[in-house]
Amino acid sequence: MPAYYLEVAVVILGLVLLMLEAFATGRDKRFVGHLALAGLGAVLVALFFVNTTPGTSSFWQFYTADSLAMTYKAIALVCTILVLILGLDYIPVLEKFTARIGGRGAWGEFFCLPVFICAGMMWMASATDLTSIFVSLETVTIGLYVMVTFMRRNVGSLEAGVKYLILGALSTGFLVYGFTWLYGITGQTNLTAIADKLNSGTVATAPAMFSFALILVALAFKVGAVPLHFWIPDVYQGAPTPITAFLSVGSKAAGFIVTTRLLAPYLNAEALTHNATAILLAVACATLLVGNFAAIPQSNFKRLLAYSSISHAGFLVLALGSGATGGFGLQPSQIVAFYMAAYLCMTLLAFAVLVVVGRVTGSDDLSAFNGLHQRSPFLAFALTVAVASLAGVPLTVGFFGKFFVFGAAAEHKLWLPLVFAVIGAAAGFYYYLKVVRNMYWNPPATTPVETIPVALLTKVTMLVLIAATLIFGVYPQPLLHFLR
Amino acid sequence: MAAGAPARLTALAAASVNLAITAWICLKFDYANGANFQFEAARVVLENPKIGFNVGADGMSLIMVLLTSLVTLAAVLMKPVKAGGEALYYSSSLLIAAGAMGAFVATDLFFFYAFHELALIPTFLMIGMRGTGDNRDAAWKITIYLGLGSLVLLAGLAALVINASGTGITTFDMAELRQLAPKIAPATQEPIYLTILLGFGVLISLFPFHSWAAPAYASAPAPTAMLHAGVLKKFGLYGLLRVAVPMLPAGFHAEWIQHLLLVLLLGNILFIGLVTIAQKELDFTLGNSSVMHMGYVFLGIASGTAVGYSGAVFLMFAHGVSIALLFALCSYVREKTGTLQLARLGGLAKFAPFLGLSFAMAAFASIGLPGFANFAAEIMVFLGGFAEKPADHLGPLQITTILALWGVVISAVYMLRAFRKVFQGEPAEVCTTATDLSFASRLPILLLLVALLTTGFVPELLMKAIRPFAQALAALN
Repeated sequence: MPAYYLEVAVVILGLVLLMLEAFATGRDKRFVGHLALAGLGAVLVALFFVNTTPGTSSFWQFYTADSLAMTYKAIALVCTILVLILGLDYIPVLEKFTARIGGRGAWGEFFCLPVFICAGMMWMASATDLTSIFVSLETVTIGLYVMVTFMRRNVGSLEAGVKYLILGALSTGFLVYGFTWLYGITGQTNLTAIADKLNSGTVATAPAMFSFALILVALAFKVGAVPLHFWIPDVYQGAPTPITAFLSVGSKAAGFIVTTRLLAPYLNAEALTHNATAILLAVACATLLVGNFAAIPQSNFKRLLAYSSISHAGFLVLALGSGATGGFGLQPSQIVAFYMAAYLCMTLLAFAVLVVVGRVTGSDDLSAFNGLHQRSPFLAFALTVAVASLAGVPLTVGFFGKFFVFGAAAEHKLWLPLVFAVIGAAAGFYYYLKVVRNMYWNPPATTPVETIPVALLTKVTMLVLIAATLIFGVYPQPLLHFLR
Repeated sequence: MAAGAPARLTALAAASVNLAITAWICLKFDYANGANFQFEAARVVLENPKIGFNVGADGMSLIMVLLTSLVTLAAVLMKPVKAGGEALYYSSSLLIAAGAMGAFVATDLFFFYAFHELALIPTFLMIGMRGTGDNRDAAWKITIYLGLGSLVLLAGLAALVINASGTGITTFDMAELRQLAPKIAPATQEPIYLTILLGFGVLISLFPFHSWAAPAYASAPAPTAMLHAGVLKKFGLYGLLRVAVPMLPAGFHAEWIQHLLLVLLLGNILFIGLVTIAQKELDFTLGNSSVMHMGYVFLGIASGTAVGYSGAVFLMFAHGVSIALLFALCSYVREKTGTLQLARLGGLAKFAPFLGLSFAMAAFASIGLPGFANFAAEIMVFLGGFAEKPADHLGPLQITTILALWGVVISAVYMLRAFRKVFQGEPAEVCTTATDLSFASRLPILLLLVALLTTGFVPELLMKAIRPFAQALAALN
């Protein structure tokens, strides 16, 4: 079974779900979510058994199934599964904000569209041609435009959707323009051919760098790096929380695999590598600075996670910019993939807690977490693990992610970016611990203390994520083994 | 069963088992071979970089493990002042202890570093939730300060590891690094050593990076202050002796770094000593005194001699036990009288004779009176300063040692003054209603006092473990 059957299976799953959702009138639509979970779970299992050797047909010019692609496909699937689980917890909020006047909520599609987005992200992981990259990337982005505005009776959600749409369209423009220049100077759309051409020394450097800059700006939008980072806080805050998690993890991961593949030809071309690396490192430093320092004064947890997501993008771009060899015998692309897997565990854990707490308290502010350890010691512990890992406390998987990035930067003697990274990580201690402070130091808003119930599926999911965060934090070898 | 009793029993059982295992290890330890790691176990975690969950104990580790076990048991014996949340209270204490214990037995640089950080969040929680006074500010200060210090340390350790490994596989194994790292070019060793010294320095509250310590210890609940000041702060000193000194000899012997360290440690002993005298509250007196005494340990390390190293390790143990004892007693004073302001206290010994007697003994130990472990330790530190005196003149080390001797007078002043103000003189109003300690409250006090007196009268108990380690370390130079 060739690897691209996975994408086909996911698309078919999405179509079936859409049909079922449309024709099953009058039923509780939860079953759509459960079916989606089962289907994606089956695809995730199948992922480990598909044949990844490239075929001979011209299709394989557009598509690859290398270990990196398979890793990101797994990340996309796991992320979508977790987002759907969060979505099941989020139904009461969806019900409220999608209701027709005097009628019931319409949220069945909330469990169908992410499946298509997942297919797009899986394709992005494999795309090796400018055309397939563009098409898969737009599949994801257009799906997300809909999902961000899903709560149509909520002004915040609509506002977020408009912001995301306008800036998304702008970045698409940059991307296409960059692609045209790249095609114009190389005459190729296949990334391998482009790499050969750029490295041949026959290409003028000025237009090549121009296309690099345009593409980098467009990718900065996808991964949430400077200079196109400013949509993140507003969109994250307005979007339905599970979709915020999807943007923060799935969309970012897909963005990073495309970034890894698209920038590699530039970074490996002798004539361009010096300037390209310098620009990339400048972006990394600016992103680290903006993400970490803007996070400090935030009082809304979603916005805090938004800036945290920017700061993590900074660490990831730094890893990409730290030379072709990376560090500790790991390629930069492997470091990024490991970091993304770590980021998935800890960020989705944080969002899972946020969904439950937000639903009960009706607020995403940090103050909603006041006294959480009395209301639900389990949720408080889960979030403590998540933010400790996000902050990079050792013995959590987040530390290994940062550790590899720092190691790669140190091995290439990138002292200035390292200083930025250390300052950023130190600032992180402060703003992540603000949540811990609210949960443990502050008293609950109401007396007597109202406990927060956690559904079984959510609890199991959280336990799995906590276990992954802690176990990979001590023993990361299995994850790395999968990457190598 | 009362609320919180299961948590307390679990914690007590854990700490007791810990102490029992430590005792067993102390019995089985091959002291003649104390310079080498024993009881080793290894488990590979990563192949490249080479990281392993490797543990083992040599003479110095053994002493620190003993210290950790003793203070941990004493700390969990301390009951929370206000009821409720016992599970978090005891698990935080145990997590801090686990962090220290893990760091002291790790023979892999990665886990040595990682374990120490385990204590960060429990400390933050305990000071913020159960502290007194300006506890929230203090909790933020200690967390940010130590977080930043740890990152500086991490940068230094990473530089050490990467430079030592060269083109080969990056290794974090301490035994391998001990072979590889000294070969780093001296000009490279110096900045790495300085970075590591600064990183550890922040964690140890080396002057002028000390300002987090006193407020944090003053406002922390008793078990946190005991574990942090008594045990966890020794991590940095342990790290200097375990990592910085043997692995970066050229950095350690660089004259300008030596002189810098001597000046800073005098800042600890003399400047902080005078600051301590000026304190008006018992908890701040103790907090500052613990900062001050770090200066002696630095002096022992800076001497670079076997006697000095022995004194440093011995003092780490003695100070750890005595400061934990003092913080436990301090918390009882607050519990009995409701205040720690020296001006409002007086004559407490009349109403709580056991508390008075044990505080007097703890104070004597802290000053360094003979019969207590601190005396044996400090005298070795001072002798270490003169062990390799130039024949015809006094070197910087000897001058520093002579100045540092005045610190003993300073500690006598503030400790005896504190004792007089709290326990003697006209009974203050708050003290007249005080009662003496119950039997359960006496247990942690007795445990620590016995440890101080036993090792004070028979220093050889500890020295037989420390000596081979110190001699091997001194022989490297």
